[in-house]
Amino acid sequence: MIATETVKELPTPTPVPEPLSPERIDYLEGLIRRSRTAAAVFSQFTQQEVDCIVKPMVLRGLEQAQHLARLAVEETRLGVLEDKVIKNMVATEFAYNYVKDKRTVGVIREFRDRNLAEIAEPIGVLFSLLPITNPTSTVLFKCIIAIKTRNAVIFSPHPRSWRCCHEAIEIMYQAALRHGAPEGVFSCVESPTLADNAYIMKHKAVGLIDATGGPGVVKAAYSSGKPALGVGPGNTPVYLEKSADLNAAVVDIIISKTFDNGTICASEQTVVIDDEIYDAVVKKFEELGAYICNERETHLLEKTVIDPQTGFMQPMAVGQKAIDIARFVGLPVKPDTKLIVAPIRGVGREHPLSVEKLFPVLAVYRAKTADEALRICVDVNYAGGLGHTAVIFSRNDEVIRKFGVAINTGRIIVNSPGAIGALGGVYNDLVPTFSFGCGTGGGNSTTDNVNIYHYLNIKRLARRTQNHMWFRVPNQIYFNMNAVENLRQFPSQCTVIVTNPALEQMGHVDIVRRHLCPKTHIHVSIIPDAEPEPQVIQQGVEALNFYKADQIIALGGGSIIDAAKIMKLKYESPDADLGELAAPFLDLRKRVVEYPSGKPAKARLIAIPTTSGTGSEVTPFAVLTDKDRGCKVTLADYSLTPEVAIVDPQFVMSMPKGLTADTGIDCLTHAFEAGVSNYASPYTDSNAMQAIRLVFKYLPIAYEKPEDEEARSMMHNAACIAAMAFSNASVGVNHALAHAFGARFHVSHGRANALMLPHVIAYNAAVPAKFMPSPYTQGYVAHKKYATVADLLGLGGQTVEEKVALLIVATEKLLDRLELPRSIAALGISRDEFEKAVPEMTEIAFNDPSWRSNPRMPLISELTELFWKAYEGRGAFRIVPSPETQAV
Amino acid sequence: MGTAAVLAIEEGALISRLENAKQSSQTTSGELILDFSAVHRIDAAGLHALEDFARFARDKRLKVILRGIHVDLYKALKLIGVTDQFSFVD
Repeated sequence: MIATETVKELPTPTPVPEPLSPERIDYLEGLIRRSRTAAAVFSQFTQQEVDCIVKPMVLRGLEQAQHLARLAVEETRLGVLEDKVIKNMVATEFAYNYVKDKRTVGVIREFRDRNLAEIAEPIGVLFSLLPITNPTSTVLFKCIIAIKTRNAVIFSPHPRSWRCCHEAIEIMYQAALRHGAPEGVFSCVESPTLADNAYIMKHKAVGLIDATGGPGVVKAAYSSGKPALGVGPGNTPVYLEKSADLNAAVVDIIISKTFDNGTICASEQTVVIDDEIYDAVVKKFEELGAYICNERETHLLEKTVIDPQTGFMQPMAVGQKAIDIARFVGLPVKPDTKLIVAPIRGVGREHPLSVEKLFPVLAVYRAKTADEALRICVDVNYAGGLGHTAVIFSRNDEVIRKFGVAINTGRIIVNSPGAIGALGGVYNDLVPTFSFGCGTGGGNSTTDNVNIYHYLNIKRLARRTQNHMWFRVPNQIYFNMNAVENLRQFPSQCTVIVTNPALEQMGHVDIVRRHLCPKTHIHVSIIPDAEPEPQVIQQGVEALNFYKADQIIALGGGSIIDAAKIMKLKYESPDADLGELAAPFLDLRKRVVEYPSGKPAKARLIAIPTTSGTGSEVTPFAVLTDKDRGCKVTLADYSLTPEVAIVDPQFVMSMPKGLTADTGIDCLTHAFEAGVSNYASPYTDSNAMQAIRLVFKYLPIAYEKPEDEEARSMMHNAACIAAMAFSNASVGVNHALAHAFGARFHVSHGRANALMLPHVIAYNAAVPAKFMPSPYTQGYVAHKKYATVADLLGLGGQTVEEKVALLIVATEKLLDRLELPRSIAALGISRDEFEKAVPEMTEIAFNDPSWRSNPRMPLISELTELFWKAYEGRGAFRIVPSPETQAV
Repeated sequence: MGTAAVLAIEEGALISRLENAKQSSQTTSGELILDFSAVHRIDAAGLHALEDFARFARDKRLKVILRGIHVDLYKALKLIGVTDQFSFVD
């Protein structure tokens, strides 16, 4: 029989709710208060207590499945009794099977390797709108997941399914209550109206709206301003592809489309059939009890079951039997007709049957090509079914994948009935549900099958992770006088020595040459410029390729060694893009660019430093000067670190005094900055502290008595040791300032560092205006580490503050002894000129990655202040007392 | 606090104790300490009784201090919105 009442789930203009009477408001407030109290009581329940309630509820639901199905059919006059029984059983048994072992109280999941845990927090009070098409099954399902998640629910059934829903709610409530659930955990609004729903939806005590119903209900829920789960409308396209098992496909479609007379919104609506199999498929439908319409009948049918004004299905047809619809239309069907199949020639308003039809009428379309079939499926998908469900029958995995990519639905059901497949757990491993999330396409917040996790606030407990740290240095470091002799142990067919003209003239190249294996073919690559440039690198790489070098010896200061590092990189990975590799990064392990890896090394890199400062022989850094772009490019990766470092003081015995002082202070700055860096570790601390001790002891001697072999040797070692520290702990704000200032005023790197150093120590030792976020450090310790250095140097002092002050004085005395300028002003730079340069220098310093590991995050104003302190020089700094004044 | 009356609440006896408290506190000073340290769970009736007692205390200008309340219980009170009607001490 054809239903004559209006199904209000269909799209209708949003009615304006009548105002509520004071009595009605009292009634609704009472319901809400009761639910809120129940939720408060429930919040104290344990997992075990909850699980003890759920199971008997499920058993009771199974027991009452037939009773409730009968009530639903009688009241709604929609669907099929037998199918509604199955729906009720799926809603209980399958839902239980999914939830029974899931934790929903307290810690529900732990990810030990990630130091993460998920903790469940109930939502509290849910407001649940119930549909007419699947009334009792939806109640059973929602009650079970609500209890499992310790929530109270206020239900508002559709007026035409109120009695059966109320009965289902009462059955579930009594079962839950008997097994310990809080009083008032479920309630049902008596004679609900739109005004009632609007009032409850907006009530502050309601945490979430779960709206299962038509578009009007879903829209009202989402418009309430409350978090809502809403089910969008469907229009399921089916692609019956030529490789499919036709018999199985047609049976599955009939099962699904006739299940509960097609009331499940995931059921098939339009089947797009490949041309090659179209006739066979249609014949199969006919054989299995479908009536196939001719063109005239299709036209008659569409005029009857689709509203010509709205273009949507006629409510009177929803959930009715095929035979009743056929008789109403006047189709000459057999009494056992299960399904009416109507061929259509397109999708859209000109083809009315291409929309959602929640009754056993199925549109079919003959597609000439596979591409056309996919396009038509997408058209059906976009004609009211976005986000919902789609179905494909095919044995071709590639076609299935392509369909999955093309279609925008939350569920794409493969080789199984759409309606029952989408419910989950029966034909596939989808999560069992009676609420289909339809994503943004359907105006929903999720594409999931709504389940227990949507009824919980899931909190993430994120424990602090102990990040792995590292200490990476060349695995072979040879040091002390004549360490160069160790070259002999490295066999080589062809060695290229990278050096500069001065060192060659000084005879250093000859010394190296003498200690190479006798049969080694040796080529010397002279780099005329002080700093490596792309063109020089290219020439060097050409030489390496020409000689097929298996060993590179970098003999020189930092620039020469850096050049050799880059040559090796380009020699082994010609495609490496130096510009890209120099991209900035925050965390070495998470940076965007990847250095070439996995390639076999073509050449061994041996670094022999001829200055005692940069420590490039053990660092993973290389600086390239790009004169065309007017900038320096810093490369940083452990793959750049030389394989062997030879720290032989004979190559630094003739260093000029000025260079000795500048490079020595560069070394000291490396050690200080690595020592207080946020990346400092016990491994780097030991190196940093030792380097500082060596510099304070031997740098003045090396400066004043250049011929002192011990002092030269110890300073050479200090530079290498400090470099090992900063290779792994990085540097800090001192370097950022020095880079900017040195580049602007052409002051050597070591001298620029020296001008900043006392001020930076004072700055880092004070309480930061802004702490630097760092997962590697616990608390602020920079001032204590400076105090430890003071102790190591035997400077005296009782409190941390005193020790820091003494360290600064000792540093200043060292700078004085090295006859280094103690202020920028002393370099002859005028105040006006400096003042003009400060804004740009500040900007450059702030963009310098060096300070990222500094213990104190520099504010831009602080960088400016530090520049001015360096300009003024001695006595310009002032230590801000730390709150911790205790002795170390 | 030194002169305030202290009433120990036993698990399961909340409602009767609050009723008793109503009787006695009508004639006592302006502060009452309800010791909840032995209470681990509160049901709907208990929550209603506490809400009711809060109203009573407000009318009588009686300051009610809940002592030793467990956090789960405190949260349940928070959920029904009555925590601002009591003071809490450990």
